[in-house]
Amino acid sequence: MRQIAIYGKGGIGKSTTTQNTVAALAELGKKVLVVGCDPKADSTRLLLHGLNQKTVLDTLRDEGEDIDLEDIVRPGYGSSMCVESGGPEPGVGCAGRGIITSINMLESLGAYTPDLDYVFYDVLGDVVCGGFAMPIREGKAREIYIVASGEMMALYAANNISKGVMKFADSGGVRLGGIICNSRNVDNEYELLKAFAEEMGSQLIHFVPRDNIVQRAEINKKTVIDYDPTVPQADEYRNLARNIDGNDMFVIPKPMTQDRLEELLMTFGILDSL
Amino acid sequence: MAISEKMLDEILNKYPAKVKRNRKKHILVKDLGQDQQEIEANTRTIPGVITNRGCAFAGCKGVVLGPLKDMVHIVHGPIGCAYYSWLTRRNKAKTDDPKKNFLAYCVSTDMQESDIVFGGEKKLARMIDEVVEVFKPNAITISATCPVGLIGDDIQGVARAARDKHGLNITAYNCEGYKGVSQSAGHHIANNNLMEHIIGQGDLEEPPGRYTINILGEYNIGGDSWEVERVLSEIGYEIQVVMTGNGSYEKLKNAHVAQLNLVQCHRSINYIADMLETRYGTPWLKVNFIGIRGISESLRNMARYFGDEALIQRTEEVIERELAEIEPQLEPYRKICAGKTAFCFVGGSRGHHYQGLYEELGITTVLAGYEFAHRDDYEGREVLPHVKTDADSKNIPDLHVTPDERRYRLKIPVERMDELKKEIPLSNYNGMIEEMMEGSIVVDDLNHYETEEFIRILKPDIFSSGIKDKYIPQKMGIPTKQLHNYDYSGPYAGFRGAVNFARDVAMGFATPTWNFIEPPWKSKPLLEGTIEPCSTNKCAEEVGA
Repeated sequence: MRQIAIYGKGGIGKSTTTQNTVAALAELGKKVLVVGCDPKADSTRLLLHGLNQKTVLDTLRDEGEDIDLEDIVRPGYGSSMCVESGGPEPGVGCAGRGIITSINMLESLGAYTPDLDYVFYDVLGDVVCGGFAMPIREGKAREIYIVASGEMMALYAANNISKGVMKFADSGGVRLGGIICNSRNVDNEYELLKAFAEEMGSQLIHFVPRDNIVQRAEINKKTVIDYDPTVPQADEYRNLARNIDGNDMFVIPKPMTQDRLEELLMTFGILDSL
Repeated sequence: MAISEKMLDEILNKYPAKVKRNRKKHILVKDLGQDQQEIEANTRTIPGVITNRGCAFAGCKGVVLGPLKDMVHIVHGPIGCAYYSWLTRRNKAKTDDPKKNFLAYCVSTDMQESDIVFGGEKKLARMIDEVVEVFKPNAITISATCPVGLIGDDIQGVARAARDKHGLNITAYNCEGYKGVSQSAGHHIANNNLMEHIIGQGDLEEPPGRYTINILGEYNIGGDSWEVERVLSEIGYEIQVVMTGNGSYEKLKNAHVAQLNLVQCHRSINYIADMLETRYGTPWLKVNFIGIRGISESLRNMARYFGDEALIQRTEEVIERELAEIEPQLEPYRKICAGKTAFCFVGGSRGHHYQGLYEELGITTVLAGYEFAHRDDYEGREVLPHVKTDADSKNIPDLHVTPDERRYRLKIPVERMDELKKEIPLSNYNGMIEEMMEGSIVVDDLNHYETEEFIRILKPDIFSSGIKDKYIPQKMGIPTKQLHNYDYSGPYAGFRGAVNFARDVAMGFATPTWNFIEPPWKSKPLLEGTIEPCSTNKCAEEVGA
């Protein structure tokens, strides 16, 4: 069983990319569990065709410690299984602690069965506090993929996240599996992302081009493969899934200094456009 | 034996250079040759040293709020904070209505994991409803513990809503343990809130007696306040409220009618004393009810403030009568205590107050200090304008009060007030250092290492401090006396309290326990044998064999 956590800047497309990749893996016959680690609980919407999840924390609150796995794990597209960690409403409580609680709960309920090929953690935004680092602490997820684009803030965030990965590399044994580019059609985006990934000692595992079909599938509460398996974008996700499946490059990332990162951006972004 | 600068340096040299620089500012040797000796206080404890200090929650709920008997004090947080702060300060209380004394209870929201994740506001609101229904207290306080601050529960909002719902005075205190450098921050938080939401809420307009006073900073540990009140009542004083030992919400809300506020523990309550003066024009008098000279002087100063001949006369009569009662009782204890030396390291006022009582028993205080006091408690209030504020002290906002238009009254004419200020500590405190002997040591936030080192050098006959450090000296063969909670004894304040203290201290010196401190193998051999003369060859053979 490979445990994978997907990180990246807020709004970069982590949930969309994760679910489309999971759909492709399911198509390959892999058994996948998706754990949404976002209080908004929208990480499994496309696989489940809507937000019909009862989250781990809601269940815990309503029914106490005595809950069954079936209450919180729902079957999704293909043979995927979906869990939402959930969390408090904005402005109250501690969402980070909530993620710790719910992952512990999943473990004690035996959600991680041996027949699983993959567990995907879809974690919100940056690693803002200890709770959101939970999947990479204590060796839960061993592989990290960071979703980024050629936009500056996305790369800043990716660099910061890799600092978190580096921090837990010794204790939790976590490794960076690669950078996924979710394209925003920025100048020289492929070259920039490739250079960025390689500078960190990692790889650009796949470049997902921008295609409006993703948006259309989302409106229909579906992944691209589910919505229209014949479109070229479906193949892009299939490629990403295959690359992840066959990946054997797991590194402790070497985050860049702020200056070096900006230098890189200058080289690929600004200079060319001048 | 006095400590020289060189010896002090030897103690401090064990520290890393930066720590040494820091700690050096917190220690001084009293030098009459210097006009004003400066000491650093109320700064962060160095991580890694073992300190006696507590947290802001301890200062707020544990010290200031806890003794108020007709209120239920809710601890909002995980159960440990409530459980371990339950009944630990020995602040006693009696009520006329046995159903209105809630001191024995420990009330907590017992936050669980899901309350941390989803916020504990709803649980707190439910708890208030339950407390109102079950206990029917006169008022309720809510004290926040660390996690409440981290997850940002709006306890002020919950308190406001509950106030409206139940028509009861319900106040919330953001006294999360991590605020401030010690429990001192918690005192300030409690002072601000009591002043803002409770004091002055009552509708009493006139003082109930001719000489009506409040006693501030007296927590009735072991019944101290009762002994002091006995004497004050006999002289003819009417005590409106004691803050907060044996105090009550019902009395506290009318604290504004007093004509004089007495301040026993300056550190924990000076904020209220000051604010009462600003808002109602009531001056405060620094008193010390510990020790015979302390209480006698305090009583005389009070009588002088009121300036009534009959009161002055009555005061002298009572002092004389009390002395006649206790002096013969003290005599045998003095014989045991004479010539001994003491360390006196307590919280924020007793480190100073007990030195006088020790002296009256013939015991010299060679080292004294405070756990959490500020510079003014050491050097006197005149340093206040020069005290540097830092990020930690700014953390607790000052409450700015203005004169109450309806209730502000000058209690005595301004000229007379100015005159009195020259004679008695009226709205002033001169601090501990002033009264200390040449060559004695003053240490702020004394830690474990320094305790052992100073004991090694000064070899005191008694070590008076608290529960956290008492067993170390005791194992070194030195009697200890807890001055935070009096080791299950008391009262120690006032005239009769002095006798109790003398008895307990003398008992500490005279107990045969100390004869057993030296283990038998230190003085007697465990094996017995004789040394036989032998020839070199024979011994060598035996070794060879």
